[in-house]
Amino acid sequence: MAGFWRDYRENWVATLALAVVVLIVAAALAAPLITPQDPYDLANLNLRDARRPPGFVGSGGYVHWLGTDAQGRDLFSAILYGLRISLQMGIAAGAVAFGIGTALGIMAANIGGKIEQGIMRLVDLQLSFPAILLALVLVAVLGQGRVPLIIALVTAQYAYFARTAYGAATAERQKDYIEAARATPLPGRSIVLRHLLPNCLPPLIVVGTVQIANAISLEATLSFLGLGLPPTEPSLGMLIANGFQYMMSGRTWISVYPGIALIVLIVAINIVGDQLRDQFNPRLRR
Amino acid sequence: MSKILTAENISRRFSPHVTLGDRIARLFGAKLDRRPVMAVTDVTLAVQRGETLGLVGESGCGKSTLGRMLAGNLEPSEGAIRLNGAPPMQAGRKTTTHIQTVFQDPFASLNPRRRVGETITEGPIAHGLITRSEAAGFAGEWLAKVGLDPAYVSRFPHQFSGGQRQRIAIARALAMRPEVLICDEPVASLDVSIQAQILNLFLDLRQEFGLTTIFISHDLSVVRHVSDRVAVMYLGRIVELEAAAKLYAAPRHPYTQALLDSVPKLSLEGNIGVSFKPISGELPSPLSPPSGCAFHPRCLKATDLCMTERPKLELDDEYGAVACHHK
Repeated sequence: MAGFWRDYRENWVATLALAVVVLIVAAALAAPLITPQDPYDLANLNLRDARRPPGFVGSGGYVHWLGTDAQGRDLFSAILYGLRISLQMGIAAGAVAFGIGTALGIMAANIGGKIEQGIMRLVDLQLSFPAILLALVLVAVLGQGRVPLIIALVTAQYAYFARTAYGAATAERQKDYIEAARATPLPGRSIVLRHLLPNCLPPLIVVGTVQIANAISLEATLSFLGLGLPPTEPSLGMLIANGFQYMMSGRTWISVYPGIALIVLIVAINIVGDQLRDQFNPRLRR
Repeated sequence: MSKILTAENISRRFSPHVTLGDRIARLFGAKLDRRPVMAVTDVTLAVQRGETLGLVGESGCGKSTLGRMLAGNLEPSEGAIRLNGAPPMQAGRKTTTHIQTVFQDPFASLNPRRRVGETITEGPIAHGLITRSEAAGFAGEWLAKVGLDPAYVSRFPHQFSGGQRQRIAIARALAMRPEVLICDEPVASLDVSIQAQILNLFLDLRQEFGLTTIFISHDLSVVRHVSDRVAVMYLGRIVELEAAAKLYAAPRHPYTQALLDSVPKLSLEGNIGVSFKPISGELPSPLSPPSGCAFHPRCLKATDLCMTERPKLELDDEYGAVACHHK
């Protein structure tokens, strides 16, 4: 583990990206403590402060460093609160998709036959659709709210985990240590949980990292299209969408700052994922 | 002597997996070769309690497949295997702990993400030979028995050399207290200097635990060193079965003779150097085995009879047997 971290730090870009991710997550977690305003408390909002540029001192008596949006929300506060929602959705969806996808993939590899064919063909079918299309349809059917959104994100994403877990498990199953476990013989449950699963994890962790970033951007896309969470609790996508109509009138900050926050988060997570992939792949090691 | 492990007319066929894609391709007229391969054909064998049976042959002759079937790790397509009267495998699952296996490649046969102590104690705990609280001491004892420092129990396999890993694999197998140990080329992937250490360890442990052993190898000198009796395999069949000393002194099957002649020997007579006679030709494809005696295309003694009729493996005393028309 210590060696892993030493290798990781050799890549300064990835180290920086990890620092950015940690910083953003920490800032999002600590949002109520470091923001001047609770953007979800409508009593705090004053329409006289609406659409003010960065640096404006509002009726609350504090500086709006990133300006305010159309409802008079402090954008810095709204972005941090929006990041909370984006990260919550991304991580929750990623984790559930990880669990379901991994279970299905390993089950398919282990059982074989008709069940294997059934699961994997369904996965292939789903991978041939754009994830956004599937998520759009599901949100439209299930309605708005956190749970329907997570269901939509999980349905759009579990297939990536299933595919990866299946591939890793079919490769690992061929190896002698699995035959050695069967030859002992160990119970099937412990062969899968203690031998097969731990050895399938590295590629799944990589996919998981990237899929959290994808879930966040998918959620932002849905919110941007107005299919995400209710407007009283805007996530990053909705903040961008709300500011969009003011872009042409020169009030670009309302869309641009949440956009930058989203891009920085997604790029940073992807760089971390790439670095993990490189480190887990012995062939790419120097 | 009593028989502990018997195989009656066992065969193993490997049928290639015909996928949906294959079927579609075939529908459009693609000629795909999906014939089954006979890895082992009609082998009958009885292993005596306490003996070490060597299993030799070229790569691809089916010796590992036969070993896996005898170990209960692979089901025979035909025929029956019995360990003390009961089959070691039923419905695709191994049903006995009395046969254990040491695999060829100790870099692949140990789970890289488990501590060696867990690797050794997992089986005994699962089968109630020891309790969880006894595990730490038990693992240390076994490491000591195979010549490793008991303090290594919490290390991972990658922290060991190939020879050390094979010692761990042997400890894992013997910790189950098997009656029969199947060694599938246990020293083939080790350095020559380490091979001797592992072989000696193996001989000591065999004595200590009174094991019956099946020792699979392509290395004739290794097999000679450890075996009481040797079975020579060619293209999925046993062609000669004989006490080790007798087989090496007076091989009767032309294939055994050729195999022994093909081992390089240092000679000090005449011109100093190495002399050996390689066997002419290659191992035929098991997809289309030759008619009659499978060895006839490469055999110096082959006659018309050999091309048409397969010689049976006939027991001429209760111990040895040879399958050749011209023995």
